[in-house]
Amino acid sequence: MWWRSASFILDRQQHQNRTVAPSPESFLLSSPPPMADSPLNPKSNISAYYQTRAAHHAVVTTDWLAQAQAAVGRHSDDDGSLGGDKGAARIGGGGGGEEEGSGKAFSVIDEFNSWRKQPALAEAVAAIRALAAVIRTSGAATMMELEIELKKASDSLKSWDTTSISLTAGCDLFMLYVTRTSALEYEDFNSAKSRLIERAEKFGEISCKARRIIAMLSQDFFFDGCTILVHGFSRVVLEVLKTAAENKKHFRVLCTEGRPDRTGLRFSNELAKLDVPVKLLIDSAVAYTMDEVDVVLFGADGVVESGGIINMMGTFQIALVAHSMNKPVYVAAESYKFARHYPLDQKDMSPARRPIDFGVPIPSKVEVETSARDYTPPQYLTLLFTDLGVLTPSVISDELIQLYL
Amino acid sequence: MNPNPNIDFSHLCFLLFLQKSTKFFERQLSMDARRMSRAVPRVRQVGFFTPNTPAQQPQPQSAAPSSESPPLSDSPASNSLSPVMIPPPRHLSDNLGGRTAAVPVPGREISGELPTVGSYNPSESVLWLDSPPRSRIGDEELSEGAESSLGWYRRSDSAKFASSLPSGGFNLSTAKHPESVAAVEAKNPLPEQSEVQKEQASSSKPLKAKTTKAERRALQESQRAAKAASRAEANKSGTPGGAPSSKPMKQPPQKKDGPPVASSIAASERIGVDRSVEKERKKDLPPPRKQFDDESRGGRAKRRSVLNQPEARNRVELFRHLPPHKNGTQLPSLESKFFELHEKHPAVYKVGLQYLAGDLSGGNARCIAMLQAFQEAIRDYSTPPEKTLTRDLTSKIGGFVSFLIECRPLSMSMGNAIRFLKSRIARLPLTLSESEAKTTLCSDIDRFINEKIVLADKVILRHAATKIRDGDVLLTYGSSCVVEMILLYAHELGKQFRVVVVDSHPMLEGQKLLRRLVVKGLSCTYTQLNAISYVMHKVTRVFLGASSIFSNGTVYSTVGTASVAMVAHAFRVPVLVCCEAYKFHERVQLDSICFNELGDPDAISKVPGRVDVNYLDNLTDKQKENLELLNLKYDATPSDYISVIVTDYGMIPPTSVPVIVREYRKEYLLI
Repeated sequence: MWWRSASFILDRQQHQNRTVAPSPESFLLSSPPPMADSPLNPKSNISAYYQTRAAHHAVVTTDWLAQAQAAVGRHSDDDGSLGGDKGAARIGGGGGGEEEGSGKAFSVIDEFNSWRKQPALAEAVAAIRALAAVIRTSGAATMMELEIELKKASDSLKSWDTTSISLTAGCDLFMLYVTRTSALEYEDFNSAKSRLIERAEKFGEISCKARRIIAMLSQDFFFDGCTILVHGFSRVVLEVLKTAAENKKHFRVLCTEGRPDRTGLRFSNELAKLDVPVKLLIDSAVAYTMDEVDVVLFGADGVVESGGIINMMGTFQIALVAHSMNKPVYVAAESYKFARHYPLDQKDMSPARRPIDFGVPIPSKVEVETSARDYTPPQYLTLLFTDLGVLTPSVISDELIQLYL
Repeated sequence: MNPNPNIDFSHLCFLLFLQKSTKFFERQLSMDARRMSRAVPRVRQVGFFTPNTPAQQPQPQSAAPSSESPPLSDSPASNSLSPVMIPPPRHLSDNLGGRTAAVPVPGREISGELPTVGSYNPSESVLWLDSPPRSRIGDEELSEGAESSLGWYRRSDSAKFASSLPSGGFNLSTAKHPESVAAVEAKNPLPEQSEVQKEQASSSKPLKAKTTKAERRALQESQRAAKAASRAEANKSGTPGGAPSSKPMKQPPQKKDGPPVASSIAASERIGVDRSVEKERKKDLPPPRKQFDDESRGGRAKRRSVLNQPEARNRVELFRHLPPHKNGTQLPSLESKFFELHEKHPAVYKVGLQYLAGDLSGGNARCIAMLQAFQEAIRDYSTPPEKTLTRDLTSKIGGFVSFLIECRPLSMSMGNAIRFLKSRIARLPLTLSESEAKTTLCSDIDRFINEKIVLADKVILRHAATKIRDGDVLLTYGSSCVVEMILLYAHELGKQFRVVVVDSHPMLEGQKLLRRLVVKGLSCTYTQLNAISYVMHKVTRVFLGASSIFSNGTVYSTVGTASVAMVAHAFRVPVLVCCEAYKFHERVQLDSICFNELGDPDAISKVPGRVDVNYLDNLTDKQKENLELLNLKYDATPSDYISVIVTDYGMIPPTSVPVIVREYRKEYLLI
């Protein structure tokens, strides 16, 4: 069952075209419409996605604590009340009939941001939750209206942070999952809407469970006494290793430092809590230690159609080293990170910037490479652990084709 | 008979055989197993030359090295000469190809008596490199008499494909005969030695396989010669084996030695003989297996009335299974037949002639033209009495298709379109009236053209344009209409990029593309395929078109595409293949040999507009027989060299082609 746990695939089989099944090109070709009036990410030259990740997973700072507390506090609130602080913020483009019901302005962005504050919650899942809230609060009277509204909401979410692949992918998948259902046809609007909400909740649940599934699936690949190299902070990887430790496996973890966020430090912290022997490396020591590594394990920010992954800067380089030393490279990634992108090379992605602190002032003439992520082509990956199963890179595209066509 | 020089000599023989055997390793590999298995048991039974064998057998030095039988090399040869007409050259022939026969056989026999197992024993095979086939021949002759000759023919048939190539090699060696004659007589065959030394190094390892190959080659020679002799005994006085010996016993040596002897006599004569032999062999070949299956071959006879098959030319052996190119010379006669009464609908006929003349090229254009012609044919169609539309129209279309195939082999895309049309016809509800059925079909065809070609192209160019950035240098090869559209579209979008158009010789299609691009104001560079590695390092993207994509991701496209893709891969430049999904095919193809299309062979021997480049003109017929021109139209690019395939379903890696094929089939059967 687990390998089809994201039931959108099942739904697709009985798919029918009544719902506005978005034509393939509308997803790929038309880059998200410019949406002049949507609330844009304030610091557009800095990737919000990596800001969040840094906030959540970098070495704990007081700042982070404050944020986390704020997030928890907000989370307890009802979603309706959240709209208040950015009252003027509207749902993207529409200004449509979304807030008639509550009489209050409801912003999907705010909703999303409130979910996003939870460190354990993936951004895509936050988006999914936010979109579910859109359905719940929607005052639309017809199915079509609701769908348009949903589309606008997801578009505004996507344009809020174009650098986040999982956000885009999560929104797209949610739209597919929610709107492509046979149940919508025969029922009256209210029951259809409740069905939609149900499905939205279910999808959120599935996404939440994904990590657990992946952790279970991947256990066979780690044997006693193996040495695992990890890079960056990935919640899936942490879950995988945690499960392995719970299963009384004996293994050792090498953690890269993960400059500039130093996410590796935090990751090693987490592992140390589990009593897993862990060793920290600076990022440049990867090749040096590779011969004692048995398995390389990455998370992923996004899994692209070629079967490659987009992940924190440094991943590609580690994969290259591992490949040249014939070490298996595994990637743990939830299926909501599958995105319809096809980068041809490193520069063929929308840039995601991240400020880097070198500790000393950098002369203004010196340029700094601030890109936060890189693309690892599929030929350097061995397997991907996903909640759809353990897949080879080439299957990713097959799954995506089946999903989107 | 004194051992020392002979040992040298036998060594040489050994080396020579090694060398020969290496030559055609791959080609003959497949035949290896069969032969070996057959050869083994017989080898032991009987020697090669009956007269010699007794003499050799007594030779008691059964120790393997000593049994290299130095004396034999000389003596048996000369002995065996007696049946043959011309002793001195025969000597020679022994040294080269024919020599194998004499030398090893006795040794083989001895070894056969030893505990070693036939020719399968590697060490043995090292020693007696060439023996098995030879001895087999002899034995066959001896024991099986008349039957053996049958076997021969049969085998020679099977050997034919591989054999012509070896013959080339043989000719080369024989060309050296005059010197080698003297050399051999002096027991110090220098030229051979040098030859040997040259190739010696490479030939050291797979001895066993090689021996068999050498043997096989020798066998082929002998068989060919034998056939020639038996067939052309009467008229060919030049053939040394000409003495028509009816006894199978004597025949084999003659046959075997025939060609070499002739060669040694006089090179030119020999060539002539050999050639004629070869020609004959070609003639009695079963007609080469065609690319298209029996169904189409069945109709071949019929069609031949419309279009004459071009005469069998000297064609490259590896590609003989492909239908020969039909050049436009028949065009006038066919044009004159346009108004005659025949089965073909005029629209189809016209398209066929356009294919033949080369006026229509490009997968999409050809496919659309064909579909539109079918559409017209369907409009003008009326079901004959007592026939059903479904059946009759299908066969009618089949007739058209086979006519078109005759004009030019179909591309995969056309095959897919035809399959679509036939499935539509087959699925017509029986309740439809004829006119309704016809309009349904016509609209189906229209929809196919629109959805699968026109719209698909639009989608593709929008996908592909996302991969073009400002400042890019795009390289394209040949003239692909999709790529052209992509470039123009990106230009319209205001992207700043440069285009490198790479072209290659016989077709020079790139110039057409170049002209259209330059007219539209794109900045272009034009170069030939030869210079590809020089331009590649500046290139940031390679856009290629494709004639078809197979389900293993192999891209089947204009010849030269593979080299472009490989060079791009070597330079780490992403290669984008743009191809509509209707061109995908579920076949798996690994090379470009099995299925391909032959172009006009003369096109590559001439350079249009260069009168001074005439090196290949004015060859005599005899000289031309040494010349095999190969003008291939397509090649297969392995999927490793492809970064992405841009189709109407988005950008997919080559590994996902089967998914599209699967989904797509479903869909277009459902349309």
